[in-house]
Formats: sequence, C-alpha cells, structure tokens
Amino acid sequence: MRRVAVIGAGYTKFGEHWNKSLRQLSTEAGALALEDAKLEGKDIQALYIGNMSSGHFIGQEHVAALAADQSGLTPIPATRVEAACASSALAFRQAVLSIMSGKHDIVIAAGAEKMTDITGASALSTLMGAGDQEWESSIGLTFAGLYALMAQRHMKDYGTTREQMAMVSVNNHKNGSLNPLAQHPFEITVEKVLNSSLIADPLRLLDCSPITDGAAAVVLVSEELAKRFENPIWVLGSGQASDTLALHNRNSMTEMLSTKVAAKIAYGEAKLKPENIDVVEVHDCFSINEIIAIEDLGFCEKGQGGKFVEDNKIARDGERPVNTTGGLKSIGHPVGATGIRQIIDIVKQLRGTYGSLQINGAKTGLALNIGGSGATAAVHILGREY
Amino acid sequence: MPYKSSVPLFWRLKDAKYSLVGTKCITCNQVFFPPADFCPQCRRKGKIEKFQFSGNGEVVSYTVIRVAPEGFEKYVPYVVAIIQLDEGTRISGQIIGDINKVEIEKRVKSVFRRITEDNDQGLIHYGIKFEIVD
Repeated sequence: MRRVAVIGAGYTKFGEHWNKSLRQLSTEAGALALEDAKLEGKDIQALYIGNMSSGHFIGQEHVAALAADQSGLTPIPATRVEAACASSALAFRQAVLSIMSGKHDIVIAAGAEKMTDITGASALSTLMGAGDQEWESSIGLTFAGLYALMAQRHMKDYGTTREQMAMVSVNNHKNGSLNPLAQHPFEITVEKVLNSSLIADPLRLLDCSPITDGAAAVVLVSEELAKRFENPIWVLGSGQASDTLALHNRNSMTEMLSTKVAAKIAYGEAKLKPENIDVVEVHDCFSINEIIAIEDLGFCEKGQGGKFVEDNKIARDGERPVNTTGGLKSIGHPVGATGIRQIIDIVKQLRGTYGSLQINGAKTGLALNIGGSGATAAVHILGREY
Repeated sequence: MPYKSSVPLFWRLKDAKYSLVGTKCITCNQVFFPPADFCPQCRRKGKIEKFQFSGNGEVVSYTVIRVAPEGFEKYVPYVVAIIQLDEGTRISGQIIGDINKVEIEKRVKSVFRRITEDNDQGLIHYGIKFEIVD
C-alpha cells in the first residue's frame, strides 16, 4: 500500500478562549495547516475531525460539516471521529487509511474541543461520558478518580512514589515554559505539586491536565504528491486497539493492554524498536498515566516508570525525551484536539526547525493518544525518512 | 448530570443496581457483574443465567473523591473503590464510613444506600455501596 506523509501542521493557542467558539478555533487550525503546506482549500479532498463531546460542551453536533462549512471546504466529505480523548488520533488514522486505500490524495485531519463554556462540575460529568455511564459515572467516579485508582495500585505494586508522579508534572511544565501556545507556560516545583489541593487521592491539582479550548490540524498527502513538498514527515506506523470500557473489568490496573497492542502494531509497521525512537509524546492527562505509558511503550521495564522519570531520562536532554513541548499538563487538553496536537509536535521536531523547542537530531517520533481510562489507544510513529 | 434520568433507566437495571444480581455463563462458569447478556469467552455457545452475588469482597484499589461531578458535590469527600467480589469479577462502588479505615485488601460487604438525586423534585438514585468489615 502507498505511503502517507504529513506536509502541513498547525495548532491554535491552547487555553480559555472566551472570545472564540469551536467553529472559529477549528477554522483557525485548518488555516494554519494549509498555510504551512502552502496549499489552498480547493486542494483538499476530504476532512476528518476528532471531537469528543461538542453536544454536551456547546450543544452542537454535526461538527464535521460545520468545520467544512466554516472553512469553505464544502462539498468535500467531512467526517467526525469520536473516541473520547483519543478522538483526533483516530481522525488522523482515518485520514491515513483513506490515502493508503487510494480513495484520496490530499486530506486534512483535525481535532477541536471547546470546553470552557460550561461549569467545571458539568465538564467533569461530560468527560465521564468516556467511562462506563451505568457502572462508573453513576456512582460518582470522575476521571481523576479512575486514574487515582490506577495510581494507588501502581504505588502499592511497584513502590512508585508520590514524588515521582510530581516529577512528571515538573518535567512537562519545564518543557511547556518554552511553548508559546501552551495554556500554562510556566515552571513548577515538586513541592508545589505536593502542596496543591487534593482532587482524588493521591492525585492533586497539579497532577491533572487542565480544561482547555483549542484545535489542531494537519494536511496529509500520498507518497506520489509528497515529493513535491518541502520536508515531508512520513507516517511509518499506525496502531489502534480497544479494551473494556470500565476500568474494573480489567485484570490489571497498572498497565493498558490497548497501548501495548497498538504499540506492537505501530513498531512492527515502522520496523523500529522502542530504543530507536528519538522523541515521544504520551498522554499525560494525569501524571500517573505518563509513568504507565512509558512502561507500556517499552521504554523501561514494567514498574520502573517512576524511576525512569526520577532519573530524568524523560528530560529534553535525557535518554528518551518525553512531552518535549509541555504535554497535556502544560499545553492543555482540549480532549478532541490533543491527539493531533501531539502528532504536530512530533512533526515539527522531525522537521528540525522547531526553534527553541527543537530536540537536535530527532529522526523518529512516537505519539500515544488514549481515550478514557484506556479503552482506546492509538500509537503513531513518524519519521524523517522511510 | 449530562443526561436526564428516566424511570425506565432504573427499572431495567433494578435487579443489578438494587440487589447485586449479575449473570453467569453456565458453559464456562464465568460470572458477570454488571450483568452481561453475552459471554465473551464462549460467544454464542455460552448459556447465560441470572446469578446472585453475596456482596462480600475485597478492596483492589480506592480513592477519595474531593472534586465531584454534577450531582455528587454535596457528598465530598467520599471513597470510591474497585471491589473484587468473592464469586469472581470486579465492580466499582463507594465505601461508606471512616475514610481512614479504607485500605487495599480490606474485606468489605455490600449495603443498600442512596447514591444521589437528580434535584429537589427529581428521582432519587439508590444502589449498592460497601462498608469495611472489621
């Protein structure tokens, strides 16, 4: 099957956009991607957009047609993809598959979420729609609660410490302080994390990614067309997997089988191993999840994720730089946009022109986007060469 | 809550929500709670029957919810745990009583309690919670 490359990429400022709606954010991201690709709207043949819950957040469904409409892309096919917080990695994957299949040659994949038009409690309830409504949400669980359940077990089984989890947030904020598009572009300390208010024991406020508005978009093209563009970044592997919707139905609470399966597929397609990956984006919706992800992706042994973080191996100048631009924690987590935002940060690192955010010499990158408590995982591996 | 509760929603789940009735596949003896109508192991060869759980079990993991979703704000802080039921399978549930007594591997038994309510005039949600057995 033919190869696919990313030739345009851009995301909006992430944050509380009091003055911008979902339609404005998605159009803005699309324009950034097209401008970056030096293409016109008329060149685009199909649109895929990831969005988790516009119906609850802003009372608007049918947002793929809305995005095409607002950005003047009609009448091309416009499709919304939903898999909770993994929505846009799946939109990206659908775009990749549509080009691989030969159906389309130039496709835009986007993700957008507008989360701040409703109250915090209402946003928490909406996010719990990613869990099991009848048997998790209905008893008062929150997403912080679900990840706290994993954290308690990880601490008990592997001796992971409270401080190690705090160090995840410290690393990501340090990196995010370099990123002008981040919602919270400032550094924090371990002490500050440990003194922030408890949300769901043992997780505190500064273990949690924030509620964010934002959008991200990329332009993908077929192998034949990619050669006409400057610096194409190749999709080397795309893995996706599912698991039980409810956390309680899994045998292990300290690993995500969906991540392991998706990673195995992506590594296999890319013919790469964990040690060949230069830059990594993982889904740090809560600090514990970065530790679990590092283990499940094979960067260290199971149970050693906390130590890996403590030894500073995830730092920008470490053995395996993770979330080099701030992660969900510092950049923010507009749930439907995060997956493509991660891919964009990998693309920009691999181009080698990321200014103050650049990790020198990065040739391969991996992005892990997770939906819910791990019921969906998508792993994409990208490379400068194939 | 992001969805509006309806009477049928509770009615169709009443055996499970109020009495811990799950299901069992008598082909492979696997038990299910929440009740499953389909055995993922035996698939269409499975034969599903109702199964009464005792409500006894053990804490696999727990957390204290301090920032609650809609409908649960007035109950914070409250404990939510994953419980390994003695007959097999796991369930999420609140643990009542002294927060400081909750630990991983502690024994629990089920109790019937109010869970939340839609609003002043709305439906009251009842269901199963757990308490620590000393």
